[in-house]
Amino acid sequence: MTTAPDRGEQERELQQLEEQLAQLQAAGSDVPDLETRLQALRERVQALREALWRQPTPWQVVQAARHPQRPKLGDYLQRLFTDVVELHGDRLFGDDPAMFCGLARLDGQAVVVVGHHKGKDTRENVHRRWGMPNPEGYRKAARVLRLADKLGLPAVTLVDTPAAYPGVEAEERGQAEAIARSILTLAQLRSPVVVAITGEGGSGGALAIGVGDRVLMMQYAIYSVIPPEGCAAILWRDAARKEEAASALKLTAQDLLELGVVDEVVPEPLGGAHLDPERAAQFLREALVRHLREVQALPPEERLQRRYDKYRRMGRFTAHPEDLLAGGR
Amino acid sequence: MLNWLRRPKYESVERRDIPAGLWAKCPRCGQLVYRKELERNLKVCPKCGYHHRLSGPERLRLLVDEGTFEEWDAELASVDPLGFPEYADRYRHAVQRTGRREAVLTGRGRIEGVEAAVAVLDFAFLGGSMGSVVGEKVARTFERAVELRLPVVTCSASGGARMQEGVLSLMQLAKTVAAVGRLHTAGLPFVSVLCDPTTGGVTASFAMLGDVHVAEPGALIGFAGARVIEQTIRQKLPEGFQTAEFLLRRGLVDLIVPRSELKSTLARLLRLMGAGGEVAVDHRA
Ligand SMILES: [Zn+2]
Repeated sequence: MTTAPDRGEQERELQQLEEQLAQLQAAGSDVPDLETRLQALRERVQALREALWRQPTPWQVVQAARHPQRPKLGDYLQRLFTDVVELHGDRLFGDDPAMFCGLARLDGQAVVVVGHHKGKDTRENVHRRWGMPNPEGYRKAARVLRLADKLGLPAVTLVDTPAAYPGVEAEERGQAEAIARSILTLAQLRSPVVVAITGEGGSGGALAIGVGDRVLMMQYAIYSVIPPEGCAAILWRDAARKEEAASALKLTAQDLLELGVVDEVVPEPLGGAHLDPERAAQFLREALVRHLREVQALPPEERLQRRYDKYRRMGRFTAHPEDLLAGGR
Repeated sequence: MLNWLRRPKYESVERRDIPAGLWAKCPRCGQLVYRKELERNLKVCPKCGYHHRLSGPERLRLLVDEGTFEEWDAELASVDPLGFPEYADRYRHAVQRTGRREAVLTGRGRIEGVEAAVAVLDFAFLGGSMGSVVGEKVARTFERAVELRLPVVTCSASGGARMQEGVLSLMQLAKTVAAVGRLHTAGLPFVSVLCDPTTGGVTASFAMLGDVHVAEPGALIGFAGARVIEQTIRQKLPEGFQTAEFLLRRGLVDLIVPRSELKSTLARLLRLMGAGGEVAVDHRA
């Protein structure tokens, strides 16, 4: 056994190779042996990527989940759905650009789509508050989900948010109540609900639209009760220890599959969905359609009971004092 | 949840909750109060009306008729599902200090004679944080209330979800909310009492889904922590932000009730809402 290569070193090398590759491609046909050199570079990039992503660290996954080029709601709307019609406003206060709601077709079937709306660039992100909803966002979601119930349409929710927006106005308008009410709406919805966590699953702000019959999670998405930086600040009074915190929080898709919080991990292209958004979307589409079909086949009463039981079972504890903190049920 | 960013307040809070010595200093008006007098006054400062925090058992003694409380699920205890740093030690310390196994006390009892299912969060136990056990006991409280046709009263005091149980603690929001939903469907009343402080995941779940929300004067109630908000908006927060009075003005709580009147108010509300033997005609059919 040789000693494990340094990840930081590998990441830097990968970045350099990717830059070389881009330069070479830009230089074009006047480079001698262009194809041979491109091929060699591509192979080295692929080998390095495989080495880096065979067993990614939780922090690597956090970075992939937050990657600026990671496909966002807009990409998935375009690639997964047809006939998309956005619906605006909570009918109470306003319209929240951080929350998307609409009607669309998935695999030909009309569905209600709800999802956190992160932007493509800084300008759009300022407008959409980086996908962090205010109460009117959650209330819009609940309104449109009730429409799904009225029409008997299935609901698909796409989760990608750092958190519910922490602001003065959000508190004034009842952020906590809006989140709780949205969770209740989903818990009691007669329509089938399939949830996909596509990027950042940031605590209550994510869960507010993250309760369903099936919860899917993309391979390099994260889902956490607190951001690793905040966790490190509390535990060690040092936000810089975020990498350790990311490991401690068990926030990767694989961790959450093992904890019974998600039902399936949706594969991504090696190194992250941003490297091949089209393929990432294909994987997600296939999983959404398959799970939706399965839960649609159930009678509504049974579906509701199963959804209730699913959440009812979550958590680990003991009734035997000798097990106290031993690792549990 | 975000509120955890406000560093374990319960350490300093503990000193505030149980003032040592003969005299206690009021954290609001700074006056020294004779401890026995403070106790007699239900831990409300006789000088300025500041409501000191109550432990779970103190809250139960305040609200439930003597000798009528039957505790549920007292045996449930936490495990360390993630092997989280320092969790086992912190948890054991909390158990030793409080003599209880978790941050919530649940059961049935009478409030001025009105039978109710009751869940009382205890801020002195790991900041009243909601992990698997708190979520489970709260959910069972709502489910038993449905079986027994009882109204539910919860008294919240919590910093939010318990970080040390990771996403499993977040899932307790969904679990408790789903159980509240069953109570609502069964047409049974739910009064949520919001005590100082109620923030994060507890506010964003069962505590904000009451039919009636009752708050104690001056209680801090909110979702995001003040420091997180300040860091995000880079502004000082307005005076009285996230207090019970602020929430009343914003339409998020129904009434603010001083501690001396809390029990009688709850009993009156529960009776008006059809509990305690009054027969209501079911107009829903
Ligand atoms: Zn005072």
